[in-house]
Amino acid sequence: MSESALLAASVAEDEEGPALTALRRSRKAAASIGPWRLIAGKLARQRLAMAAGAIVLLLYLIGAFAEFLAPALPDTARPQYTFAPPQPISLYRKGPDGKPVFGLSVPTYRVSVDSVALRRTFVPDETRPVPIGFFVRGPAYRLWGLIPLETHLIGPLSPSQPFYLLGADRLGRDVLSRMIFGTRISMSIGLAGVAVSLILGIVLGALSGFYGGWVDTLIQRLIEVVSAMPTIPLWLGLAAAIPLTWSPASVYFVITLIVSLLGWTSLAREVRGRFLALRNEDFVTAARLDGASEKRLIFRHILPSLTSHILAVVTLAVPTMIVAETSLSFLGIGLKPPVVSWGVLLQDAQNIRTVATAPWLLIWPALAVVAAVLAFNFFGDGLRDAADPYGE
Amino acid sequence: MSELPEQVLLAVRHLSVDFTLRTHVLHAVRDVSFDLKRGTTTCLVGESGSGKSVSSRALLRLVDRPGRITQGEILLRDGAGFTDLAQLPPAGRAIRAVRGKRIGLIFQEPMSSLSPVHTIGSQIAEAVRLHTGLDRRAARLRVIELLRHVEIADPGRMFDRYAFEFSGGMRQRAIIAMALAGEPDILIADEPTTALDVTTQAEILDLIKRLQAERGMAMLLITHDMGIVAEVADEVAVMRFGRIVEQGPVDRIFHDAEHPYTRRLLGATRKLEQSGVAGRAGSAEPILSVRGLGKVFPGRRQWFGSKGGDFRAVQDASFDLYAGESLGIVGESGSGKTTLGRMILRTIEPSEGTIEYRQRNGRVIDVRGLGKEGLRAYHRDVRLVFQDPFASLNPRLTVKQVIGDPLAIAGLAQGRGLDRRVAELMELVGLDPAAMERYPHAFSGGQRQRIGIARALALDPRIIIADEATSALDVSIRSQILDLLLELQQRLGLSYLFIAHDISVVRYFCHRVAVMHRGRIVEIGEAARICSAPVEPYTRSLISAVPNPDPRAKRMLHRHRFAETV
Repeated sequence: MSESALLAASVAEDEEGPALTALRRSRKAAASIGPWRLIAGKLARQRLAMAAGAIVLLLYLIGAFAEFLAPALPDTARPQYTFAPPQPISLYRKGPDGKPVFGLSVPTYRVSVDSVALRRTFVPDETRPVPIGFFVRGPAYRLWGLIPLETHLIGPLSPSQPFYLLGADRLGRDVLSRMIFGTRISMSIGLAGVAVSLILGIVLGALSGFYGGWVDTLIQRLIEVVSAMPTIPLWLGLAAAIPLTWSPASVYFVITLIVSLLGWTSLAREVRGRFLALRNEDFVTAARLDGASEKRLIFRHILPSLTSHILAVVTLAVPTMIVAETSLSFLGIGLKPPVVSWGVLLQDAQNIRTVATAPWLLIWPALAVVAAVLAFNFFGDGLRDAADPYGE
Repeated sequence: MSELPEQVLLAVRHLSVDFTLRTHVLHAVRDVSFDLKRGTTTCLVGESGSGKSVSSRALLRLVDRPGRITQGEILLRDGAGFTDLAQLPPAGRAIRAVRGKRIGLIFQEPMSSLSPVHTIGSQIAEAVRLHTGLDRRAARLRVIELLRHVEIADPGRMFDRYAFEFSGGMRQRAIIAMALAGEPDILIADEPTTALDVTTQAEILDLIKRLQAERGMAMLLITHDMGIVAEVADEVAVMRFGRIVEQGPVDRIFHDAEHPYTRRLLGATRKLEQSGVAGRAGSAEPILSVRGLGKVFPGRRQWFGSKGGDFRAVQDASFDLYAGESLGIVGESGSGKTTLGRMILRTIEPSEGTIEYRQRNGRVIDVRGLGKEGLRAYHRDVRLVFQDPFASLNPRLTVKQVIGDPLAIAGLAQGRGLDRRVAELMELVGLDPAAMERYPHAFSGGQRQRIGIARALALDPRIIIADEATSALDVSIRSQILDLLLELQQRLGLSYLFIAHDISVVRYFCHRVAVMHRGRIVEIGEAARICSAPVEPYTRSLISAVPNPDPRAKRMLHRHRFAETV
């Protein structure tokens, strides 16, 4: 070996590990970071998933503070404003001296009646602006049914004036307010539905995967029978069986049950597959030989390894529930007025004439559904990738 | 580049490959230079992560993103001149003409390198037609000839078989045939025998060596096994952390190594050539006594008609394990050694036979008759160490929880006491107790195996069943773990049932050895005798197929061949 080669070799002998050049300083030694922190770190690096997660969070916040965020109550009808179009916000309004001053306003409407068709049309009237503001006093409500309040995030300074940022519906109700209240119902029915299917799915999937044998066979056949049922007719049948006299709350509850009835099967299959794989993992065998009871095996060793995957599957299951509720309500067999959900809102957009005169009745609720479903899907995909220990 | 000698077919000069990762750049290959000469075998040898595979893939421009060649030349002789492969676009026509046609590649995994949905023949024929432009019929004849070359019996019929109908060795032969389809003058074999049994390994290495000599190819063989290097190499380059630390003729590397790392690597390999245990150990009475143990996996019962065939994984296994003794169970894959170990623990229920265990108080109990509580007590005395250091530790628990789990379950220690006991155990296996709160992913393979051993020791056991406990580890780490286990045996008076496919490990580690073949124990006796003077023909073929880490005493090529009688 030449001298220079020997020199290089003696340098190499001192090396403790592979040659690395750091691109950035790592904030913390990876050693003591737990698996959850690792997943969170991986998730934080996926921009699309994070943006989608932010949207999901935003939707839930909107749902939680619906009364405060909505300028009006969802059921306040004003027949004189039937199908009033959206009002644009302008930054300036005419001051008392005629000069424009800074201040938010929306135009009022001028009504003209078509003498042939006898149809009323609204034209925004810029000359008589409606001054609007933030944190204004409006219709009284109880936040979460508890705290009596009158303040709304945005609204006209004088409550009697018209304020329709996203237009009005057939009865002159504010679409924006109804959308905001609909967010609460639609988003929560997704969560509640998933919660029910989660419990069913995990319990049955775990039983099936852990014990195998005839338990497994029985549960799997049950899942197959349930998944073989045609969805829409089944929903139709079940929803039609709800007595008309039931209160909106109990209808809501029953609808939740109906949409989750079919959602649990895929979750149960997922859990079962994971259980089957993990049951024979070395670390589970090791725990078994350590003398761990079956309860301990399941709850300390197998389930914690599943939680991240379950979380991802659940996130991907929520949009199915939202779509299910929307479809049912759209068909008129799900939630019914006075309950407001995106599906109920879309019911108003069922005929072409309405869509032609008031397209906002279709556009906004449909956009909300699409945004929510996409956000959940992107977030769930990101979560699943982050939870995959073999990723990256 | 006319100054290169005529027999050099491929010259690598100052090759570097970087992987740009999220937080850092990994210099996987650093300033590597070597030559491949006509008719010679060059071995790149190194432990995992040394960059040997990446180097070989870089020659064919097969390095996946984010890997990138940052400097260096790969000069391939092309008529009178040279082509620099490092300059070619990695997906272009020029490099595709080199792949397979000039340089053939044999992969490590015979399972995943063949398509399961095409016949063996059609896959090789595809390679033949790509490189020669023969028509379908001529290609078929050519493939059959190639299959004959790689010693596949009845090649005409095997042409139409699928990969799952082939054994591991046959698949590897098919892959070799595929690599030869374009008649390359350079052959790269990336760990071609690592996934194979030792006797199959010997056959495949024989074949590769013979084909190389016949065709005068230059061969680059990537391996981690110094034994294989000694058996087949002409030139050796030892890699570590992306650098070639030493290179030269095989005899000089093995008998006059200059670099301390090479010497260490050789030392770790040669150490296993002798026995590491002193004399005959053990008590007069066996601590564990197995008689006529067998396991039948019943064939799948059909809905109509009769049952499928039963599979007898283990038949009539009988042996004794004495206190303080290590008994090795050696066999190739599918010989039933793992099933035997699991039956003793009763994680697989035996179909027949008896297992008797002598408790601390001298009472002998029948393990097969134990109930749930009895089995729990038995499992405290008889512990298992796993093969895979990654799968055997729960990734969601800290090291303290992993090691402390058996103690917590048995109610032997909690809180402060548990901490103290875990720290004690970690020190016992050579780990720093300060790392107690870390998660397994922060440890290397060798350290994880130590964690697994600490878990096995937690309940103060008497017998440890080590199922391939060192086969997933690098050579140098392997000898450390073996020494740790030996030291623990001395200190704690443990008995080991050491299940392994690697005979050199067993020779080093065990007092006695039982050789398993097709579910039966064919020979049992003192380790020294079995390894030097085996009686049974199967044992003889097995022992002689083990590569000898000394190029002056090649063993494998003069081995004893076992004629299979079924």
